[in-house]
Amino acid sequence: MISHLRTMWLVFIHLFKKKVTIEYPEKRVELPPRWRGRIVLTKDPDGGERCVGCYLCAAACPVDCIALQATETEEGRRYPEFFRINFSRCIFCGYCEEACPTYAIQLIPDFEMAEYKRQDLVYEKEDLLINSQGKYPGYNFYNVAGLDAGVKEKGKGKDEEKPVDVKSLLP
Amino acid sequence: MTVMQHIWIVLGVLFVFLNIAAGLIWVERRLLAMWQDRLGPNRAGPLGLFIVLADTLKLFFKEDWIPPFADKWVFILAPAIVVASVLMGLAIVPFAPGIVVADLNVGLMFFLAMSSLGVYSIVLGGWASNNKYSLLGALRGASQMIAYEVFMGLSLMGVVMLSKSFNLTDIVAAQENMWFIVTQPVGFVIFFIAGLAETHRLPFDIPEAESELIAGFHSEYSGMKFGMFFIGEYLGISLISAMTVTLFFGGWLGPAFLPPVVWFFLKTFVFIGIFILMRASLPRPRYDQLIGYGWKLLLPLVLLNLLVTGAIALWLRS
Repeated sequence: MISHLRTMWLVFIHLFKKKVTIEYPEKRVELPPRWRGRIVLTKDPDGGERCVGCYLCAAACPVDCIALQATETEEGRRYPEFFRINFSRCIFCGYCEEACPTYAIQLIPDFEMAEYKRQDLVYEKEDLLINSQGKYPGYNFYNVAGLDAGVKEKGKGKDEEKPVDVKSLLP
Repeated sequence: MTVMQHIWIVLGVLFVFLNIAAGLIWVERRLLAMWQDRLGPNRAGPLGLFIVLADTLKLFFKEDWIPPFADKWVFILAPAIVVASVLMGLAIVPFAPGIVVADLNVGLMFFLAMSSLGVYSIVLGGWASNNKYSLLGALRGASQMIAYEVFMGLSLMGVVMLSKSFNLTDIVAAQENMWFIVTQPVGFVIFFIAGLAETHRLPFDIPEAESELIAGFHSEYSGMKFGMFFIGEYLGISLISAMTVTLFFGGWLGPAFLPPVVWFFLKTFVFIGIFILMRASLPRPRYDQLIGYGWKLLLPLVLLNLLVTGAIALWLRS
């Protein structure tokens, strides 16, 4: 009996405690910077697309919501011809971001993606591509890659050795 | 009093209590939310009050389905009984001097009879649903309400002894000097527990028991038939609160700076709040615990209370 009355009193004083509800449209939730929300494709510092169309994100995706088709420029720089993410399938696990070798695909703290039609949840490349470097400013894949795709010549990168002349026997 | 005055009182009581019962939808949700550190419905209208309208409209527009395997007429009758019996019970509650629908000389007995009739709605509803969970709920409801009916009446006999009347107006008048909560604390506690069981509210919602019986006796009900059970439950809370106030807390009596009716409803709302607080804080006992608690603890206690009250009343008279 006493314990019941004590329980009732303890519940009653919660009337004067601070409420945990955040009244959403007026007040916003504070999302941490690494929060896994909407997926974007980021760009190089020079404004080129980071994505090289390696299909690793599509392979890593556990629900197969990413579809892309790789192609190449004349300089030999790979990029996706189309890049499609079906957000009605996406589970925001972030595996695509982990798999990406060029930091191109990133998850950002945004969850307000509601649509009236399901088809509108399928995002094409122009919807995904943002004019920003995302979480890795200053990073350009072709600065550290061995390939000359118009960013730097072969062997000119930082800590990069000159290309080996395979036809010479000298070391 | 003229006939017109009587009709106005009847309509007034109906209007006020049906509105209280509907308003309790909002009150209960807000209070439960507050006690769980949430805010509760606060969007529709001022303070979220229009949730009452939204909920009622929703109930009206839901499909009013009678299962093909149900006993049709009994199925329809059951929800009406609960509302009717509780509303009949409200007829004898004196809200203020002169404001009472029926000033019966056996008012208390009438109240007990009407609250007992409420069990029929559970039993018939559960039986007519033709569903094993509903039947189990109905069985539980019947045994619970019979068990608690016994000492609900007995717990009030102390009050009757002290006030020497079954008439509720006289009982309130007898509390002019001292509320019966002072002289009958055990009676009050037992009446309140029995009242909880009578309205089958949490923690005594054994006939419904969402987690075991899937809403129990009203699993098969939908639309406004379910709404009637819903309203009946809230009306039951109001009735038990009003009766607690009348019998133990001096009814309309109170300092003169507020009119008697206001005092009555203030006190009633405190008890409605306690009903909701009990829902927010106490877990449901097991079925056998509930029945054992009733027969083995509360019944002897109430008989003892009656004995002591009678002895003291005799001693004071001699």
